[in-house]
Amino acid sequence: MERSLMKGNEALAEAAIRAGCKCFFGYPITPQTELSAYMAKKMQKAGGVFLQAESEIAAINMVLGATSTGVRAMTSSSSPGISLKAEGISYMAGSDLPGVIINVQRGGPGLGSIQPAQSDYYQATHAMGHGDFHIFVFAPSSVQEMVDMITLAFDKADQYRMPAMILADGLLGQMMEPVTFPEPMQNLPDKSDWATSGHKKQRAHHIINSLFLDPEQLEQKVKERFARYAIVEANETRAESYLCDDAEIVVTAYGASARVAKSAVNAARKEGIKAGLFRPITLWPFPKTELQAATKSAKHILDVEMSMGQMVDDVRLATECRIPVSFFGRTGGVIPTPAEVLAELKKLAGGAE
Amino acid sequence: MTTELILAGFGGQGILFAGKILAYCGLMAGKELSWLPSYGPEMRGGTANCSVCISDEPIGSPLVTHPDCLIAMNGPSYTKFVNAVKPNGLILLDNSVVEETETRADVKTIALPATDMATEHNLNGSANMILLGRMLAETNLFDLDTVQKAMEKCIPPKRAHLIAANMNAVKIGVESK
Repeated sequence: MERSLMKGNEALAEAAIRAGCKCFFGYPITPQTELSAYMAKKMQKAGGVFLQAESEIAAINMVLGATSTGVRAMTSSSSPGISLKAEGISYMAGSDLPGVIINVQRGGPGLGSIQPAQSDYYQATHAMGHGDFHIFVFAPSSVQEMVDMITLAFDKADQYRMPAMILADGLLGQMMEPVTFPEPMQNLPDKSDWATSGHKKQRAHHIINSLFLDPEQLEQKVKERFARYAIVEANETRAESYLCDDAEIVVTAYGASARVAKSAVNAARKEGIKAGLFRPITLWPFPKTELQAATKSAKHILDVEMSMGQMVDDVRLATECRIPVSFFGRTGGVIPTPAEVLAELKKLAGGAE
Repeated sequence: MTTELILAGFGGQGILFAGKILAYCGLMAGKELSWLPSYGPEMRGGTANCSVCISDEPIGSPLVTHPDCLIAMNGPSYTKFVNAVKPNGLILLDNSVVEETETRADVKTIALPATDMATEHNLNGSANMILLGRMLAETNLFDLDTVQKAMEKCIPPKRAHLIAANMNAVKIGVESK
């Protein structure tokens, strides 16, 4: 395939169309607007529907409706808009609906800033709405990976009938990198056993619903869902380990901050510091066993995020606090530099000697 | 080898476009590359900049903090980035616009009246391409064939008539050396 050059936001949109997404509902917000703009231009030509909703809340509920009929549907936003979508995502999870949600994160809380951040980790992985539920959370760190993750997100969402989120950020959304696209998907999964696509008086009604007034029945539903989550946790974790085999200090970072961390790790190696990088690609399910394997020779873990420290809790839980975990982060829309991360690595290397 | 650049100036001077042409040169030459714009409340008349990395290896952080080369098209941009340039680095500035010159002894500074040169050649608005051309002549980062291919790939067919003018401006920059 030919390499082309594209912004992350546009690549996400093109990849979604190729993955068979037929409905896009969105509401503009910086730094993700190019995604909506691309969809506005291309979706109709691809035989799908683009609709700019009256609000984020409307958009996510349109996704709920569209996915109920079995079609692949998507919405995208940035941090403040994702908070508005939380209710709809919870309803989708409670109705066992697939569907893809993209969060091109920016600084928060509140309206925050429009610069890149990773401060929605807790929200995405631990509480993307009320109730007992999980969603898939994918964390690409390059434009190419954004393309690859979209296909994966749609496939996994359909396979397990749960919403999937791409947790990106303003840096990945705005940057251009070379990218190659897969051929458009032809055979999409059959959802005729549950989709509300018209019974034509030939079968019983399919019902999409998240309301269960009988607590015993709801408990049963949630337990069935958690049995599925257990399968997801056992089979669907993804991560990259870079120079971790002999690493005495393992940096943990995802998405854009993993790129910064990788530069720092390379610089540290040149100075004789045995550093490595562990990069979770799925944030939920969190790649616990992969992290344990990557830190087997580690004396220290340095978690790097564009937040005040959120994933760091999952890193500590996954390593059961056997290895000391330090944290370095910038927040509010400030991007950490490789030099800053290298300085932290040097501090830790000096302390270990 | 990795080359990191910052291009900066007023919105409307074609700073992001010059960066894009550079990025497309990387694409056509089969290099690894990244292009990251400043985004936000910038608009025509405000300041704009972009980071471009060209490398033989995968790019780590796409945000350039210490460039090998700075192209500055206005005073505020020059002042903002002049001290960030690596020692022995290269600065190109448009001294039709930028009044400050050669404030650092440890970098090579080339002042070119690019805006005036563009006007003289009836190429208004192409100062960005003149500076890009001169940068390429100084660094040998890409040859003119690659720039031509990059423009053909980057500029949409309905604007194809702009390729020749842009190439002329690049050549004026190259020949100014």
